[in-house]
Amino acid sequence: MSGELTPTHSPQGTGASFIEQVKQAQPALAPVAHPWLACFRAEGMERFAKAGLPTTRNEAWKFTSLRGLDKLTLSPAPDAKSVPVDAIPTALEAPGPRLVFIGGQFRADLSRTQGLPDGVLLDALSAQMATDPQGLADRMEGLLARFPGADHPMRSLNAAFLADGALLHVPAGVKLAQPVELVFLAPPGVAAAWHPRLLVLVEDGAEATIVEHHAGQPGAAYLSNIAADVAVGTGARLHHYKIQREGTDAFHIATLNTHLADASTYDTFVLNLGARLARHEARQVLGGEKIEARVSGAYAIGGDQVSDITTLIDHAKPNCTSREVVKGVIDGKARGVFQGKIIVRPDAQKTDGYQLNRALLLSETSEINSKPELEIYADDVKCSHGATAGELDEDQMFYLRARGVPRDVARVMLIGAFLDEAMDEIIDEQVRAYFRAAAAAWMGTERA
Amino acid sequence: MSLIEIKNLHASVDGKAILKGVDLTINAGEVHAIMGPNGAGKSTLSYVLAGREGYEITEGSVTFDGQDLLALEVEERAAAGLFLAFQYPVEIPGVTNATFLKEALNAIRKTRGESPLDAMQFLKLIRAKAKDLSMTDEMIKRAVNVGFSGGEKKRNEALQMAVLQPKLAILDETDSGLDIDALKIVAEGVNKLRSPERGMLVITHYQRLLDYIVPDVVHVLANGRIQKTGGKELALELEAKGYAEFGISDAAA
Repeated sequence: MSGELTPTHSPQGTGASFIEQVKQAQPALAPVAHPWLACFRAEGMERFAKAGLPTTRNEAWKFTSLRGLDKLTLSPAPDAKSVPVDAIPTALEAPGPRLVFIGGQFRADLSRTQGLPDGVLLDALSAQMATDPQGLADRMEGLLARFPGADHPMRSLNAAFLADGALLHVPAGVKLAQPVELVFLAPPGVAAAWHPRLLVLVEDGAEATIVEHHAGQPGAAYLSNIAADVAVGTGARLHHYKIQREGTDAFHIATLNTHLADASTYDTFVLNLGARLARHEARQVLGGEKIEARVSGAYAIGGDQVSDITTLIDHAKPNCTSREVVKGVIDGKARGVFQGKIIVRPDAQKTDGYQLNRALLLSETSEINSKPELEIYADDVKCSHGATAGELDEDQMFYLRARGVPRDVARVMLIGAFLDEAMDEIIDEQVRAYFRAAAAAWMGTERA
Repeated sequence: MSLIEIKNLHASVDGKAILKGVDLTINAGEVHAIMGPNGAGKSTLSYVLAGREGYEITEGSVTFDGQDLLALEVEERAAAGLFLAFQYPVEIPGVTNATFLKEALNAIRKTRGESPLDAMQFLKLIRAKAKDLSMTDEMIKRAVNVGFSGGEKKRNEALQMAVLQPKLAILDETDSGLDIDALKIVAEGVNKLRSPERGMLVITHYQRLLDYIVPDVVHVLANGRIQKTGGKELALELEAKGYAEFGISDAAA
């Protein structure tokens, strides 16, 4: 039995030149003094040099080729301190706490961390490296210990370039009234690579909401390679939403590891709209009993975009529920990838798992690769999954038009209704409305 | 002036001729019924008039309110005032009745050069019309036809007609799947819309509906053509004799 999304890689797949490039780019980073953190970087480099980039010969990457990534400039973005920013995306009506990163670099002047309850730590990793490297190292070590053997070449690459990112630590019993927004923007016209790290600790009985924004402009071939480590404590609740609107020449790769303890709730949703290639790879370890995990997402893509949502829901203990709804709209020559694996380990009796994957193909040349995978080792479980792909319903189109609704509007109504079924999974109403509006805006530009 | 003038209309599906020279004229203020056996081309006629894809017009013309109807897109026909009440209303999950009807009405108003209704004005209108059809607010908020019973779906068609106020309403087998109570409600809704400016074409297999929506003219459609035209008494005659006179055994119906 394997809990890995990505088994060990062989380096022969990707050119040694890429690994050379990576090695050359690394010294451009500011050095870290703390031995554990320095070691973390060095080990990341070592592991990546061994593994190389995943190739399509690897089962977990069969549908998503990183070809083209090896042609990117991998040096870090130039100093982002003076990059002008005209608008910072927000899903919220009232300004709340947020961290803003430009080209992977923290911008304190654009961020807000005041007003949080006592004991809550929200800060940039670069700031923590300077002020409390030991505390940071301890937290990271504690987080990583929850995911033994979770090796992944893109996480190794991320580790090799550890320089900045976000840390949110919510102590036991504390409930954050406002969502925390984490905003990652690409500096316009910069071809570079950044590797933000996201560390989230929500301790026993605590509650928080995170909204990640990832955005950029077309015209720059950059790589945003995020790695996240998330731990949700006993009885704690975390709502974790992400909207990805990277520039259409960019690569966006996110690998998330989330550990859930007894009776916790994890409600996560990803909306993929941007990037030339976006892979959102999320692994949820249900490490306790009576956990409720909601792992859903949607995407709307066109042109020659690729959107890959790959998830692993790992039921290790009894009496847990997981629910996953992923829907996508694919136009032009774009391609959607969904790989959804659910493991129910021998101990995980009374597991209730539900998975639905649906794709709406808007053109003859659009494509969906869907791979639902159920590995069930317990005998008293309820697991269902379904996958469909289809076109817009002609009868529905005719009905709407026969009442006077113009073809374009009818199309948008039906696409919106299709995506709404996924968006309904988002518990937070503000975020749901914001994501819906973003999808509607996508439909507006697709129509133009 | 006639509201709609269908001349020598031929239409085929997948190369098979279904309509073989239909001639039919309806004036404003008139209610016409088309009766006919299964397979006569009744539904084809309604779909061809509404503009559904998949039908090839091989001959003939349709003039609607002075316009060449066949040259118009589906939504342009609706905007011009043509309304088809579907035999099988389509379910649209995720789109509420209210949203759907508001889009439709405002699109039609735009073509007419009228300003769009805002949410409040629209709600007031739809509530009043729904009440006439014994429809609840809850039904307006529900997704289009999703979870509706057969009768509710047909009432929903009547509601749309009442909101959109077409010049010509085509009712395609509106009685199918309705019990007598539902039929009465729908017929009442349709009768309310009878006016000197509006024409109606009621397509039905059975005479029953015509007890409630009494036509001015009755046509018999069989073998893709209008075979006979008469007054409302023709419907009763057909009910008694069947369609055998037109060379078709109705035993299968």
